[in-house]
Amino acid sequence: MTTTTTSSSTAKPRIDWTRPVLWLFAAVLVLLILLPLSWLAVFAFTDKSRHPTLQNFVTLFSNPDFLDPLLTTAIIATTSALICCIVAAPISWLVSRTDMPGRQTIRALVTASFVTPPFLGAVAWELLAAPNSGLLNQLYRLFAGDDADALFNIYSMTGIIFVISCYTFPFVFVLVANALDTMPGELEDASAILGGNAWTTARRVTIPLALPALVAGALIAFLQAMTLFGSPAILALPAGFHTMTTKIWSLFQYPPKLELAAAAAVPLLVLTILLLQGQKALLGRRGYSVIGGKYGAPRRVELRGWRWAALGFCLLVLLNPVFLPYLALLNAAFSPNATTLVTPSTATLHNIVFVFTELSSTQLALKNTVILGTATATIGTILALVIAYVTTRKVIAGHRVLGFLATAPVAVPGIVLGVGLFLSYTRPPFVLYGTLWILLLAFLTINLPSAYQQLQAAFATIHPELEEASRILGATRLQALRQITAPLLRTGVIATWCFIFIGVMRELSAAIVLFTSQTKVLSVLIYDLNEGGDLAAIAVLGIAMLVITFAVVLAVNQIPMSGGNAGAKLRNG
Amino acid sequence: MRTTISRRDVLKASAALTVGTVFASPTRAAAPAPVAITPDLVAAATREGKLVFYSSMDLPVGEKLGKAFEAAYPGITVQIERSGSERLFQRVAQEFDSNIHAADVVNSADASHFIPWKKSGWLMPFVPEDVAKYFPDNYRDPDGMAVTTRLWLSSIAYNTNLVKAEDAPKSFADLLDPKWAGKMVKGHPAYSGTIMTTTFQIVRELGWPYLEKLSKQRVMQVQSSTDPPKKLSLGERAVMADGNEYGIVLLKEAGQPVEPVYPTEGTPTISGPTGIFATAPHPNAAKLFQAWLHTRQTQQFFVDFTGQYSVHAQVQPKAGRRKLADIKLMKEDPAGVEAMTEEIKTRYARLFRV
Repeated sequence: MTTTTTSSSTAKPRIDWTRPVLWLFAAVLVLLILLPLSWLAVFAFTDKSRHPTLQNFVTLFSNPDFLDPLLTTAIIATTSALICCIVAAPISWLVSRTDMPGRQTIRALVTASFVTPPFLGAVAWELLAAPNSGLLNQLYRLFAGDDADALFNIYSMTGIIFVISCYTFPFVFVLVANALDTMPGELEDASAILGGNAWTTARRVTIPLALPALVAGALIAFLQAMTLFGSPAILALPAGFHTMTTKIWSLFQYPPKLELAAAAAVPLLVLTILLLQGQKALLGRRGYSVIGGKYGAPRRVELRGWRWAALGFCLLVLLNPVFLPYLALLNAAFSPNATTLVTPSTATLHNIVFVFTELSSTQLALKNTVILGTATATIGTILALVIAYVTTRKVIAGHRVLGFLATAPVAVPGIVLGVGLFLSYTRPPFVLYGTLWILLLAFLTINLPSAYQQLQAAFATIHPELEEASRILGATRLQALRQITAPLLRTGVIATWCFIFIGVMRELSAAIVLFTSQTKVLSVLIYDLNEGGDLAAIAVLGIAMLVITFAVVLAVNQIPMSGGNAGAKLRNG
Repeated sequence: MRTTISRRDVLKASAALTVGTVFASPTRAAAPAPVAITPDLVAAATREGKLVFYSSMDLPVGEKLGKAFEAAYPGITVQIERSGSERLFQRVAQEFDSNIHAADVVNSADASHFIPWKKSGWLMPFVPEDVAKYFPDNYRDPDGMAVTTRLWLSSIAYNTNLVKAEDAPKSFADLLDPKWAGKMVKGHPAYSGTIMTTTFQIVRELGWPYLEKLSKQRVMQVQSSTDPPKKLSLGERAVMADGNEYGIVLLKEAGQPVEPVYPTEGTPTISGPTGIFATAPHPNAAKLFQAWLHTRQTQQFFVDFTGQYSVHAQVQPKAGRRKLADIKLMKEDPAGVEAMTEEIKTRYARLFRV
């Protein structure tokens, strides 16, 4: 282990305060993650009177009511992850490494689909592709005749996979595009100079260098699809089947069967750990530092005649997560009937008036959501930053454990984490249920893995030689961090903050367990409205939610940070 | 106080007796003295400034009610927590177990919920003057813990653009015709109190085999009983197998292509009692709201605006609407529902797979 004590021979008078601070962060993390997970473990392996038993698992694995959803979830998660990679990899390569026109627009549009909460996307796709009332099916019947079968049926396995992929592929895109953005041109040049043609260069240099990002992306996509609650609840239940998350949710019906719910989370947890180990085995021993002291501009591939075709492909893909759903939501917001095309004569402000003047939960939910989004993003970024630093630079003993803990929540479906938190924070010494704090903890825990992964990736691409150079020249660890690492990380930090903020907006599965009437958030309100069938109100709230998210993300990107220029320069080469 | 006996008797004869008894024991020994809306009560309520109302009413309907209260008593804001009654029941249990008392007043679409709530001592006895004078005994708790605010039905309905009147189903049995496979929508008894009550009555009258056959009809499963009427009016499905009849009536009056059907076997009937929680954070606002909610004026407004029914003796049905007395109704039995809730949830989930 790297228990490097500060060398006593070089008599330094100053104390290094980083170490105790880091230990404090480690302790917070352990508490944050282990407390709810321990409660889950206790419930999974005990009966109602807390006597140890394996009965929960026997029930689980002998009952088709549980096995079917498990299989369904596996199919959905695998297929969605595959689709995400197939779609995201070419788009990220096009915007990052080619001279395709409109690259920034495409990036912005991918961000737009990322910002769209999956449950909102699911509702929008209900408006578009419900078999009879869906706008696309109505359009199709104009040509195919009134009696034609539906062209799309969103209430189906395919429909769910499609909608989940729409709002999960940005995870893969962001990771792969970042990797391609920061890849040094020299390596590809070297390949070309040595006689490699474009394909050889791609196969031997570009793809291997982008592979860790793609694998990480696939993994995140898989886990997102597996733990998603809103989209399956909105689309699978009407179709008459469960996924693991909706099944677990149904176990909370009165009287709640928390033991079974906890046990049902265990297969998901095991699967995730196996996947993470698999990722390590696949990529583990190679080094992927691509930013060293020297770097060159990545060169753009000239697409020539294919430039516009490439753009067309990107726009066609983005029709699904962005253009069509937004149009459907806008239409529903101004229409007297959610799936009737609005015309100037039928347009109404009724829905907007209803949401903002009559619906009594709107204001509270808006306020709670913005408070939680900002607080979680700020605290989460700091936490993830420190952990990523500790694990990549191996600062303290046990950094591996920290890294594992920071990634572990990814294996726990939000809804189950919600129960874990519920069990942890409804009894002394921490009585937090009914306050925004418990939601803050939930959102923090849920968003930590992706925030940590992102910042860890950012750290991993910055070779420690830069910090070491600074420290050799006499800087303390903190000075080195502030002067060298921070500017290089600016983009990563801002991206992570926005990631978490958006993550909070998207989060429904834990919130649905933890909210009370006074701590309601927008996602829960929208989900409630969907259960009552108030689609027009959802459209209005959803659009308001997107506007807020965009405004916040844009504002945060304007914040200057120390050495911001250096970061910008690095990106532009 | 006993001046309205004749009215009450008339009412019993018309609606109450056909519908059944919501609150069993007729002895009212423990009920507190009736309370009128006094300036003191209004002042105390206004000082509290807020009211939290847990309710399963269709959202636009519930919010309209809240706004009417806010208009009547400026300075008190109403926060409505709308969800399915079974969901609300679970949340109330969860919140009370954690010693969180946010709810002032609750209106449930599953009258059986008031049985355990009363047993646990969670309800505050309170009898508004109008309730004492104009509400029949079998629609009010003998100890003053709750009173039936509204009656409504869960009917069949169809979309008139998709189904011709002569082809429309006339009975629950008609819904089993293969021609309706994949064309129906219904609510969920584990979410909605209306559907829980409906399912109980249907099981009692028609037996589980009916639901077993219905489950093979590829029915679109939504959650709230407020949703099937909306799915019908969008044209998403042609026939509603269960759901709020008042939703259909309101949509029809608004010009939407929907038509209710009162099944020949009888129409499931639901009563929604309202009670105050003993731990209400705004007790005076809660009392004022409970008193206001059951005045003749509010009940009349409610009936006219929401298409539901009132048991208030002085409330007149709105012209042009079907009278309860003209509909063959299924009897209510909250105690029966309470005893069967678990069985219904389990067997329903097994049949309908969700």
